[in-house]
Amino acid sequence: MSKRRRETGAKTSNRTARGALQSHWQQHLKIASDSFKRLLQQPSASLMTIAVIGIALLLPSTLFVSMSNLNALSDSINGASKVTLYLHEEHTEGEALKISEQLLQREDVTTTEYISPAQAAEQFSVYSGLGDVIDALDENPLPGAIIVTPASIDADATQALATELAQLSIVDSMQLDLQWVERLQRFLQLVQRASTGLMLILALAVLFIVGNTIRLAIEGRRAEIVVVKLVGGTNSYVARPFLYAGAYYGLAGSILACILLAILMWAISGPARALLALYDSDFQLRTLGLSSTVFLLLIGTGLGWLGALISVRQHLSNIEP
Amino acid sequence: MIKFDNVSKRYPGGHQALSQVDFELADGEMAFLTGRSGAGKSTLLKLIMLMETTSQGQIFVNGKNLSRMPKHRIPFYRRRIGVVFQDHQLLFDRNVFENVALPLQIEGYPKHEADRRVRAALDKVGLLKKEKMLPITLSGGEQQRIGIARAVVNRPQILLADEPTGNLDPELAAEIMKLFEQFNQVGVSMLIASHDLSLITRLQHRILTLDTGRLILDAHHTAATAQPVGGK
Ligand SMILES: Nc1ncnc2c1ncn2[C@@H]1O[C@H](COP(=O)(O)OP(=O)(O)OP(=O)(O)O)[C@@H](O)[C@H]1O
Ligand SMILES: [Mg+2]
Repeated sequence: MSKRRRETGAKTSNRTARGALQSHWQQHLKIASDSFKRLLQQPSASLMTIAVIGIALLLPSTLFVSMSNLNALSDSINGASKVTLYLHEEHTEGEALKISEQLLQREDVTTTEYISPAQAAEQFSVYSGLGDVIDALDENPLPGAIIVTPASIDADATQALATELAQLSIVDSMQLDLQWVERLQRFLQLVQRASTGLMLILALAVLFIVGNTIRLAIEGRRAEIVVVKLVGGTNSYVARPFLYAGAYYGLAGSILACILLAILMWAISGPARALLALYDSDFQLRTLGLSSTVFLLLIGTGLGWLGALISVRQHLSNIEP
Repeated sequence: MIKFDNVSKRYPGGHQALSQVDFELADGEMAFLTGRSGAGKSTLLKLIMLMETTSQGQIFVNGKNLSRMPKHRIPFYRRRIGVVFQDHQLLFDRNVFENVALPLQIEGYPKHEADRRVRAALDKVGLLKKEKMLPITLSGGEQQRIGIARAVVNRPQILLADEPTGNLDPELAAEIMKLFEQFNQVGVSMLIASHDLSLITRLQHRILTLDTGRLILDAHHTAATAQPVGGK
């Protein structure tokens, strides 16, 4: 080895070490911006992939938002569930009002409301439109009732309260409309399970889509990869732009999913509000929310990166000079 | 620096491209590799670059047995060897500057350092004024000079060149050879494949001659770099 070369060699390695960190980031930044430019260079291929990812991510996010709305709704309906106590015919209005007052003293009761047989008949004719039927009868057949709102929103506690109140001597029969709330909750649990499964399947779909797009990109740049490997590019160096591309696809796809979801929410918000108002007047329609949006973007980006990684692992090492 | 020990190469198709090649290139030595078309010159260089693997025998570079080199070491090994390819191997979607900068970029040189070196290399091959142009818009000889600049830009220990003057006019060819000699004088070991016999005999370096895969002649011109024939 000649003396002159040794000197230059030493100088070089010193310089490289000093600039190494700065240069590492420079290198990453450059690759990141290069692969971004590359995406912009083939807009149609990129858009297709992004659209498919967006739709694949839209489905689970829509399910997620629907679920969170239905959950909130079922909670608020459950809270609003009422116990109706039908009273014996022979009770007087004074007795009924006294009982009603007493019930209101209980810790587990929020409100009580007495409905006299006359009021009941009136409500019946208003809501059923069968007022003539009542009028045709000599005597009002409807009993008086006390409507009790439980303090607890728990279905079991409400059930226990209702059973206890049914024992009162003035009470003829009791009605508790809990069953359909329970059914709704069971149904929601089922949907939740199903949507978890669906999310996994769709996550796989995203992996495949990105993987396939990256595979095509690798094929298209085969000659370039050979050259880079010939001048000493490692597998991970060659892989980096493809990993960035995968992450960009995932990010763009999840942004698209967010936009589509917002449009969807906006489109259904009117009718949905009208519907929900029937059950709970001050119910607020829930959107994806900030943390879930960030989560969706992270998941999308992560899936894109992972799909690219899998593809790169499979296809890149086959390309050797 | 480079030692071939009874190396044979048979391509998958069955063609025997090299047969029992034995030679050693000393550290800092400059040698030409010549022979008719199809004699196996490119094959020999590809074996050194690990673009192909030997069918028989062993190659040692810097004392390391290439057939024992783990796959993940290969990129780092290649970084120490500058290569001028017969078919240029340029990136056609990057300009001249970016092509030459590629080895430095891979090694992670800081930008200002890389820029300085790229310009120096381009200056040596006379392409400084064309650094912004795409290779496809340049002549064959100019493309070849991009390849030469790229091969020397990270100051490799070894320089392999496959017909580096094939597309150049005699004057430019002589200039490039002079450039190679300058590299050799600062200690770079060189192996240059060429069938321009008139040019290489004038230059007075060692000449290895291949004929249908066999090393038939190992001629030493200068005493300073002479090695015993077939020496180890
Ligand atoms: N990849 C390959 N597969 C099969 N045979 C090959 C391959 N590459 C080269 N050969 C054969 O090996 C022989 C030597 O080829 P090589 O490229 O080494 O010759 P060369 O001396 O470089 O010729 P030239 O001066 O034309 O470049 C040729 O006969 C060629 O047909
Ligand atoms: Mg050749």
